[in-house]
Amino acid sequence: MRRVVVTGLGMVTPLACGVEPTWRRLLAGESGANRVEHFDVSDLPCKIAANIPRGDGSEGTYNPDQWMEPKEQRKVDEFIVFAMAAAKQALDDADWHPESYDDQINTGVLIGSGIGGIEGIADTALTLKEKGPRRVSPFFIPGRLINLAGGYVSIAHGLKGPNHAVVTACSTGTHAIGDAARLIALGDAEVMVAGGSESPVNRLALAGFAACKALVTAFNDEPTRASRPYDKDRDGFLMGEGAGVVVLEELEHAKARGAKIYAEVVGYGMSGDAFHITAPTPDGDGAFRCMTAALKRAGISPGEVDYINAHGTSTMADEIELRAVERLLGNAAANVSMSSTKSAIGHLLGAAGAVEAIFSILAIRDQVAPPTLNLDNPSIETPIDLVPLKPKPRKIDVALSNSFGFGGTNASLVLKRYAA
Amino acid sequence: MSDIAERVKKIVAEHLGVEPEKVTENASFIDDLGADSLDTVELVMAFEEAFNTEIPDDAAETILTVGDAIKFLEKNAA
Repeated sequence: MRRVVVTGLGMVTPLACGVEPTWRRLLAGESGANRVEHFDVSDLPCKIAANIPRGDGSEGTYNPDQWMEPKEQRKVDEFIVFAMAAAKQALDDADWHPESYDDQINTGVLIGSGIGGIEGIADTALTLKEKGPRRVSPFFIPGRLINLAGGYVSIAHGLKGPNHAVVTACSTGTHAIGDAARLIALGDAEVMVAGGSESPVNRLALAGFAACKALVTAFNDEPTRASRPYDKDRDGFLMGEGAGVVVLEELEHAKARGAKIYAEVVGYGMSGDAFHITAPTPDGDGAFRCMTAALKRAGISPGEVDYINAHGTSTMADEIELRAVERLLGNAAANVSMSSTKSAIGHLLGAAGAVEAIFSILAIRDQVAPPTLNLDNPSIETPIDLVPLKPKPRKIDVALSNSFGFGGTNASLVLKRYAA
Repeated sequence: MSDIAERVKKIVAEHLGVEPEKVTENASFIDDLGADSLDTVELVMAFEEAFNTEIPDDAAETILTVGDAIKFLEKNAA
């Protein structure tokens, strides 16, 4: 199989617009959580979220006008603009701007989203009810479809290779990167722009997840304390918004053009729970099997894993994942650091896996495990280092990134420090 | 310039994201102002909304320039 490396990174997160400012704030132990101010939350049980810092684009703020023309923004839901921002950053970082026909047809896009343009669907449903079908915009459909994130990115950058999208709830970003790496490994493309994007901070999505009893409700007055994976006071996940996109590249292609190589994608594993629409199996078997499959594909033994970026949503499922990891690692559990960066940025749903894969790559680059914030009193004993409160400098050559989604869909990526 | 002409030009400039001075009566939405077929559908909807009128599909098909829109609305808008 052809080898696949990561040569570009891009992200928009509740901590910042941009990879480096996000990473700096993450390692500084900062939180992106705050009170929701831009719509009415008075009748919602959860009144907080991890919102992207909007501004003029300076100091890590997100200014959509830098990424998409205002007249185009008007036609689409925000997950598409977030994806445009993250993809542009990643392509610039990789210094990959295909201009020849051959380069264009060998570069594809695989960007997913968990729920896509739910806000635009909600608004347009009201328009339909109040004003009738003649007031439904011709941009309603193309501005909400999940694959239009990738569609817009391909049009903006002339990427004519495979154009695909993933929709697997909270596993979307991980599946997107894993599937894209496979397309390169199998020879369908030389370069793939892959990741996930999500814009779920709106009344309808908050109401829907609240109805599932999935959201945090006990920390409305202390948003930065709300996302607390593994902590005994955790009571649900904190919704976040944003996007993560990577540029994946066939190794020889990257070497031939002298690209900087962040890491190698060495493993990807998937599994299904076949159990419940929103809850994982209590024994964590699905998580165990996708991690096992990813390591098998990588040809790496569990004892070689240094860092795990956990799915860890700050819900009851945290302990199920932790037990599955303990089962995977056996006696090696004490050598591993595992953190949930959702403690700082909340749960970005379909973008989570992509953003967290990037954090895992940066952990390899900088030899530091990002912290699990708010882990004051672990609810469970474990030999695994959960990286409480502060980042931990340590050897990280192999990182595993986990995502588990509604519907019982699980995925893991194995990323490795690049060595010729 | 009539009030209707002014309002039409403002709507066109806003929706298509073009400089107001490019929005002349002779300007074609598609050939001169960068619109695609979906943009023109949305423009017609914006005219309907702004002028509280209905533009039937067969009439909409004849509105190709800024001047066409102004003429139609001067004749039909309340």
